[in-house]
Amino acid sequence: MAVHGSRCAACKYLRRRCPQDCIFSPHFPSSNPQRFAYVHRIYGASNVGKMLERIALLKLDGFENDQRVPEFERSHVADSLHFEAKCRIEDPVYGCVGFISRLEHQIHSIESEIAMTRALMMMYESSLNRQKGGPSEH
Amino acid sequence: MSSSSNNNSYNSPCAACKFLRRKCLAGCIFAPYFPPEEPQKFVNVHKIFGASNVTKLLNELLPHQREDAVNSLAYEAEARVRDPVYGCVGAISFLQRQVQRLQKELDAANADLIRYACNTGIPSSALQPAETASMQPILPPVNTRRTHPAAAFAAGSIGDDNGGGFFQPPPYSLPWDDNLSGDIDAGGE
Repeated sequence: MAVHGSRCAACKYLRRRCPQDCIFSPHFPSSNPQRFAYVHRIYGASNVGKMLERIALLKLDGFENDQRVPEFERSHVADSLHFEAKCRIEDPVYGCVGFISRLEHQIHSIESEIAMTRALMMMYESSLNRQKGGPSEH
Repeated sequence: MSSSSNNNSYNSPCAACKFLRRKCLAGCIFAPYFPPEEPQKFVNVHKIFGASNVTKLLNELLPHQREDAVNSLAYEAEARVRDPVYGCVGAISFLQRQVQRLQKELDAANADLIRYACNTGIPSSALQPAETASMQPILPPVNTRRTHPAAAFAAGSIGDDNGGGFFQPPPYSLPWDDNLSGDIDAGGE
Protein backbone atom coordinates (compact mmCIF):
# COMPACT_ATOMS: atom_id res chain seq x y z
CA MET A 1 0.00 0.00 0.00
CA ALA A 2 1.92 3.02 -1.22
CA VAL A 3 1.59 6.26 0.64
CA HIS A 4 0.97 9.50 -1.15
CA GLY A 5 3.18 12.48 -0.55
CA SER A 6 0.30 14.12 1.30
CA ARG A 7 -2.83 12.59 2.71
CA CYS A 8 -6.28 13.58 1.56
CA ALA A 9 -8.55 15.42 3.96
CA ALA A 10 -10.43 12.24 4.80
CA CYS A 11 -7.37 10.23 5.72
CA LYS A 12 -5.99 13.15 7.70
CA TYR A 13 -9.25 13.40 9.57
CA LEU A 14 -9.37 9.66 10.16
CA ARG A 15 -5.67 9.60 11.07
CA ARG A 16 -4.74 6.89 8.73
CA ARG A 17 -2.49 6.35 5.76
CA CYS A 18 -3.80 7.53 2.45
CA PRO A 19 -3.42 4.74 -0.08
CA GLN A 20 -2.92 5.40 -3.75
CA ASP A 21 -6.36 4.03 -4.54
CA CYS A 22 -8.02 5.98 -1.72
CA ILE A 23 -11.63 6.45 -2.73
CA PHE A 24 -11.85 9.74 -0.85
CA SER A 25 -8.77 11.51 -2.10
CA PRO A 26 -10.04 12.73 -5.51
CA HIS A 27 -13.04 14.33 -3.83
CA PHE A 28 -11.76 15.47 -0.46
CA PRO A 29 -8.48 17.25 -1.10
CA SER A 30 -6.34 18.22 1.85
CA SER A 31 -6.83 21.88 0.87
CA ASN A 32 -10.44 21.72 2.05
CA PRO A 33 -10.64 19.86 5.36
CA GLN A 34 -14.04 21.33 6.15
CA ARG A 35 -15.62 19.49 3.26
CA PHE A 36 -14.89 16.08 4.69
CA ALA A 37 -15.62 17.20 8.23
CA TYR A 38 -19.15 18.09 7.16
CA VAL A 39 -19.93 14.81 5.41
CA HIS A 40 -18.31 12.80 8.15
CA ARG A 41 -20.37 14.52 10.79
CA ILE A 42 -23.67 13.77 9.06
CA TYR A 43 -23.06 10.51 7.24
CA GLY A 44 -19.96 8.97 8.74
CA ALA A 45 -16.90 7.91 6.77
CA SER A 46 -18.08 4.37 6.17
CA ASN A 47 -21.41 5.45 4.67
CA VAL A 48 -19.71 8.06 2.49
CA GLY A 49 -17.28 5.45 1.24
CA LYS A 50 -20.13 3.07 0.44
CA MET A 51 -22.03 5.74 -1.42
CA LEU A 52 -18.96 6.69 -3.43
CA GLU A 53 -18.18 3.11 -4.16
CA ARG A 54 -21.45 1.58 -5.12
CA ILE A 55 -24.86 2.26 -6.50
CA ALA A 56 -27.53 -0.25 -5.73
CA LEU A 57 -29.74 -0.28 -8.74
CA LEU A 58 -33.06 -1.06 -7.27
CA LYS A 59 -35.70 -2.98 -9.10
CA LEU A 60 -33.69 -3.19 -12.24
CA ASP A 61 -35.45 -5.81 -14.29
CA GLY A 62 -37.00 -7.10 -11.12
CA PHE A 63 -33.90 -7.59 -9.06
CA GLU A 64 -31.30 -5.57 -7.25
CA ASN A 65 -27.92 -5.08 -8.78
CA ASP A 66 -24.96 -3.52 -7.13
CA GLN A 67 -22.90 -1.56 -9.53
CA ARG A 68 -19.78 0.39 -9.02
CA VAL A 69 -20.27 4.12 -9.30
CA PRO A 70 -18.61 5.30 -12.50
CA GLU A 71 -15.61 7.49 -11.78
CA PHE A 72 -17.10 10.57 -13.38
CA GLU A 73 -20.21 10.28 -11.22
CA ARG A 74 -18.32 10.06 -7.95
CA SER A 75 -17.54 13.76 -7.89
CA HIS A 76 -21.27 14.42 -8.20
CA VAL A 77 -21.94 12.07 -5.31
CA ALA A 78 -19.31 13.80 -3.19
CA ASP A 79 -20.54 17.26 -4.11
CA SER A 80 -24.17 16.48 -3.39
CA LEU A 81 -23.33 14.81 -0.09
CA HIS A 82 -21.29 17.84 0.90
CA PHE A 83 -24.11 20.18 -0.02
CA GLU A 84 -26.69 18.19 1.92
CA ALA A 85 -24.39 17.80 4.91
CA LYS A 86 -23.71 21.53 4.96
CA CYS A 87 -27.44 22.27 4.80
CA ARG A 88 -28.06 19.85 7.65
CA ILE A 89 -25.38 21.40 9.82
CA GLU A 90 -26.75 24.88 9.19
CA ASP A 91 -30.33 23.76 9.68
CA PRO A 92 -30.36 20.64 11.84
CA VAL A 93 -34.13 20.32 11.72
CA TYR A 94 -34.91 20.62 8.01
CA GLY A 95 -31.58 20.39 6.22
CA CYS A 96 -31.89 20.81 2.47
CA VAL A 97 -35.55 19.81 2.64
CA GLY A 98 -36.18 23.36 3.85
CA PHE A 99 -34.83 24.55 0.49
CA ILE A 100 -37.16 22.27 -1.37
CA SER A 101 -40.14 23.52 0.60
CA ARG A 102 -39.25 27.14 -0.02
CA LEU A 103 -38.82 26.46 -3.73
CA GLU A 104 -42.16 24.69 -3.97
CA HIS A 105 -43.78 27.56 -2.13
CA GLN A 106 -42.16 30.02 -4.49
CA ILE A 107 -43.37 28.07 -7.51
CA HIS A 108 -46.89 28.05 -6.16
CA SER A 109 -46.76 31.81 -5.57
CA ILE A 110 -45.47 32.60 -9.04
CA GLU A 111 -48.09 30.35 -10.63
CA SER A 112 -50.78 32.22 -8.71
CA GLU A 113 -49.37 35.54 -9.90
CA ILE A 114 -49.38 34.35 -13.49
CA ALA A 115 -52.99 33.22 -13.17
CA MET A 116 -53.97 36.57 -11.64
CA THR A 117 -52.23 38.52 -14.38
CA ARG A 118 -53.93 36.50 -17.07
CA ALA A 119 -57.29 36.85 -15.37
CA LEU A 120 -56.78 40.59 -15.19
CA MET A 121 -56.02 40.73 -18.87
CA MET A 122 -59.10 38.71 -19.72
CA MET A 123 -61.17 40.97 -17.54
CA TYR A 124 -59.99 44.09 -19.36
CA GLU A 125 -60.40 42.41 -22.69
CA SER A 126 -63.98 41.46 -21.99
CA SER A 127 -64.68 44.94 -20.67
CA LEU A 128 -63.27 46.42 -23.86
CA ASN A 129 -65.33 44.04 -25.98
CA ARG A 130 -68.45 45.11 -24.14
CA GLN A 131 -67.68 48.75 -24.86
CA LYS A 132 -67.14 48.03 -28.52
CA GLY A 133 -70.29 46.00 -28.72
CA GLY A 134 -72.25 48.85 -27.10
CA PRO A 135 -75.33 50.45 -28.65
CA SER A 136 -74.94 50.06 -32.37
CA GLU A 137 -75.63 53.02 -34.65
CA HIS A 138 -78.03 52.29 -37.48
CA MET B 1 -46.60 -9.31 36.14
CA SER B 2 -43.13 -8.95 34.74
CA SER B 3 -40.99 -6.07 35.87
CA SER B 4 -40.98 -4.43 32.50
CA SER B 5 -40.93 -0.84 33.64
CA ASN B 6 -37.99 -0.17 31.35
CA ASN B 7 -39.14 -2.47 28.62
CA ASN B 8 -41.39 -1.40 25.82
CA SER B 9 -42.03 -4.97 24.78
CA TYR B 10 -45.67 -4.86 25.81
CA ASN B 11 -45.98 -2.57 22.80
CA SER B 12 -44.60 -3.66 19.48
CA PRO B 13 -40.94 -2.60 19.21
CA CYS B 14 -40.35 0.41 17.00
CA ALA B 15 -39.13 -0.09 13.46
CA ALA B 16 -35.60 0.90 14.47
CA CYS B 17 -35.30 -1.60 17.27
CA LYS B 18 -36.86 -4.30 15.11
CA PHE B 19 -34.30 -3.61 12.41
CA LEU B 20 -31.44 -3.43 14.88
CA ARG B 21 -32.71 -6.52 16.65
CA ARG B 22 -32.63 -5.05 20.08
CA LYS B 23 -35.05 -4.45 22.87
CA CYS B 24 -37.13 -1.36 22.45
CA LEU B 25 -36.80 0.31 25.82
CA ALA B 26 -39.14 2.88 27.30
CA GLY B 27 -36.89 5.82 26.52
CA CYS B 28 -36.03 4.70 22.99
CA ILE B 29 -35.22 7.84 21.04
CA PHE B 30 -36.42 6.30 17.79
CA ALA B 31 -39.75 4.91 18.96
CA PRO B 32 -41.87 8.08 18.61
CA TYR B 33 -40.70 8.63 15.03
CA PHE B 34 -40.23 5.17 13.55
CA PRO B 35 -43.43 3.27 14.15
CA PRO B 36 -43.40 -0.45 13.40
CA GLU B 37 -45.92 0.08 10.59
CA GLU B 38 -43.31 2.03 8.57
CA PRO B 39 -40.24 -0.20 8.46
CA GLN B 40 -38.91 1.22 5.21
CA LYS B 41 -38.54 4.65 6.76
CA PHE B 42 -35.90 3.46 9.18
CA VAL B 43 -34.29 1.16 6.63
CA ASN B 44 -33.62 4.11 4.35
CA VAL B 45 -32.44 6.40 7.13
CA HIS B 46 -30.15 3.74 8.50
CA LYS B 47 -28.75 2.98 5.08
CA ILE B 48 -27.81 6.59 4.37
CA PHE B 49 -27.08 8.13 7.74
CA GLY B 50 -26.59 5.25 10.14
CA ALA B 51 -28.39 4.78 13.44
CA SER B 52 -25.69 6.34 15.60
CA ASN B 53 -25.49 9.48 13.45
CA VAL B 54 -29.25 9.86 13.63
CA THR B 55 -29.13 9.44 17.41
CA LYS B 56 -26.48 12.14 17.65
CA LEU B 57 -28.50 14.48 15.45
CA LEU B 58 -31.66 13.95 17.46
CA ASN B 59 -29.89 14.39 20.77
CA GLU B 60 -28.74 17.81 19.63
CA LEU B 61 -32.32 18.93 19.08
CA LEU B 62 -35.13 19.86 21.38
CA PRO B 63 -37.88 17.22 21.65
CA HIS B 64 -40.41 19.30 19.74
CA GLN B 65 -37.97 19.60 16.80
CA ARG B 66 -37.27 15.92 16.44
CA GLU B 67 -40.31 14.84 14.49
CA ASP B 68 -39.64 17.29 11.68
CA ALA B 69 -35.96 16.43 11.77
CA VAL B 70 -36.70 12.71 11.41
CA ASN B 71 -39.16 13.36 8.61
CA SER B 72 -36.66 15.50 6.74
CA LEU B 73 -33.95 12.89 7.23
CA ALA B 74 -36.32 10.21 5.95
CA TYR B 75 -37.13 12.39 2.95
CA GLU B 76 -33.47 12.95 2.17
CA ALA B 77 -32.67 9.29 2.66
CA GLU B 78 -35.41 8.20 0.31
CA ALA B 79 -34.30 10.76 -2.27
CA ARG B 80 -30.76 9.42 -2.01
CA VAL B 81 -31.93 5.83 -2.35
CA ARG B 82 -33.87 6.75 -5.48
CA ASP B 83 -31.08 8.88 -6.88
CA PRO B 84 -27.78 7.66 -5.44
CA VAL B 85 -25.77 10.27 -7.32
CA TYR B 86 -27.64 13.50 -6.64
CA GLY B 87 -30.12 12.73 -3.88
CA CYS B 88 -32.17 15.81 -2.97
CA VAL B 89 -29.89 18.07 -4.95
CA GLY B 90 -31.42 16.76 -8.16
CA ALA B 91 -34.84 17.92 -6.99
CA ILE B 92 -33.47 21.29 -5.89
CA SER B 93 -31.86 21.87 -9.25
CA PHE B 94 -35.05 20.92 -11.06
CA LEU B 95 -37.16 23.20 -8.91
CA GLN B 96 -34.79 26.12 -9.35
CA ARG B 97 -35.04 25.78 -13.11
CA GLN B 98 -38.80 25.71 -12.76
CA VAL B 99 -38.73 28.91 -10.72
CA GLN B 100 -36.64 30.57 -13.39
CA ARG B 101 -38.96 29.45 -16.15
CA LEU B 102 -42.06 30.59 -14.30
CA GLN B 103 -40.49 33.93 -13.44
CA LYS B 104 -39.85 34.54 -17.13
CA GLU B 105 -43.43 33.56 -17.87
CA LEU B 106 -44.67 36.00 -15.24
CA ASP B 107 -42.50 38.77 -16.62
CA ALA B 108 -43.87 38.07 -20.10
CA ALA B 109 -47.45 38.08 -18.83
CA ASN B 110 -46.90 41.40 -17.09
CA ALA B 111 -45.31 42.87 -20.19
CA ASP B 112 -48.30 41.70 -22.22
CA LEU B 113 -50.66 43.28 -19.72
CA ILE B 114 -48.87 46.60 -19.83
CA ARG B 115 -48.66 46.51 -23.61
CA TYR B 116 -52.36 45.72 -23.79
CA ALA B 117 -53.15 48.57 -21.48
CA CYS B 118 -51.11 50.99 -23.56
CA ASN B 119 -52.81 49.87 -26.76
CA THR B 120 -56.29 50.04 -25.37
CA GLY B 121 -55.84 53.24 -23.43
CA ILE B 122 -56.62 51.75 -20.07
CA PRO B 123 -55.14 54.11 -17.50
CA SER B 124 -52.08 52.64 -15.95
CA SER B 125 -53.50 53.47 -12.55
CA ALA B 126 -56.24 50.96 -13.27
CA LEU B 127 -53.70 48.24 -13.71
CA GLN B 128 -52.41 46.16 -10.86
CA PRO B 129 -49.60 44.29 -12.48
CA ALA B 130 -48.11 41.53 -10.46
CA GLU B 131 -45.43 42.81 -8.16
CA THR B 132 -42.48 41.09 -9.69
CA ALA B 133 -40.27 42.67 -7.10
CA SER B 134 -42.07 40.64 -4.49
CA MET B 135 -41.13 37.52 -6.34
CA GLN B 136 -37.42 37.89 -5.88
CA PRO B 137 -36.04 34.40 -5.93
CA ILE B 138 -35.51 33.26 -2.42
CA LEU B 139 -32.41 31.43 -3.53
CA PRO B 140 -29.62 32.75 -5.70
CA PRO B 141 -30.58 32.58 -9.39
CA VAL B 142 -29.47 29.54 -11.30
CA ASN B 143 -27.35 30.18 -14.32
CA THR B 144 -29.40 28.82 -17.21
CA ARG B 145 -26.30 27.49 -18.87
CA ARG B 146 -25.84 25.08 -16.02
CA THR B 147 -28.46 22.45 -16.44
CA HIS B 148 -26.46 19.79 -14.70
CA PRO B 149 -27.32 19.60 -11.01
CA ALA B 150 -23.73 18.95 -10.12
CA ALA B 151 -22.53 21.99 -11.96
CA ALA B 152 -25.27 24.10 -10.43
CA PHE B 153 -24.33 23.47 -6.85
CA ALA B 154 -20.65 23.11 -7.48
CA ALA B 155 -20.71 26.63 -8.85
CA GLY B 156 -22.44 27.79 -5.75
CA SER B 157 -25.74 28.65 -7.36
CA ILE B 158 -27.74 26.43 -5.06
CA GLY B 159 -27.82 28.33 -1.86
CA ASP B 160 -24.12 28.60 -1.39
CA ASP B 161 -23.53 30.35 1.92
CA ASN B 162 -27.23 30.93 1.87
CA GLY B 163 -27.94 27.75 3.70
CA GLY B 164 -30.79 27.39 6.04
CA GLY B 165 -30.01 28.43 9.54
CA PHE B 166 -33.76 28.06 9.89
CA PHE B 167 -34.70 26.53 13.19
CA GLN B 168 -38.35 27.37 12.99
CA PRO B 169 -40.95 25.50 11.00
CA PRO B 170 -41.49 27.21 7.65
CA PRO B 171 -44.86 28.93 7.23
CA TYR B 172 -45.81 26.56 4.42
CA SER B 173 -46.36 22.90 4.13
CA LEU B 174 -43.48 20.50 4.09
CA PRO B 175 -43.09 17.76 1.52
CA TRP B 176 -44.33 15.13 3.90
CA ASP B 177 -47.34 17.13 5.03
CA ASP B 178 -49.40 16.94 1.89
CA ASN B 179 -47.25 14.86 -0.42
CA LEU B 180 -46.31 17.77 -2.63
CA SER B 181 -43.59 15.61 -4.02
CA GLY B 182 -46.08 12.98 -4.94
CA ASP B 183 -44.06 9.84 -5.16
CA ILE B 184 -41.67 10.52 -2.32
CA ASP B 185 -43.54 8.95 0.50
CA ALA B 186 -41.64 8.10 3.62
CA GLY B 187 -44.24 5.59 4.57
CA GLY B 188 -43.52 2.01 5.09
CA GLU B 189 -44.14 -0.92 2.83
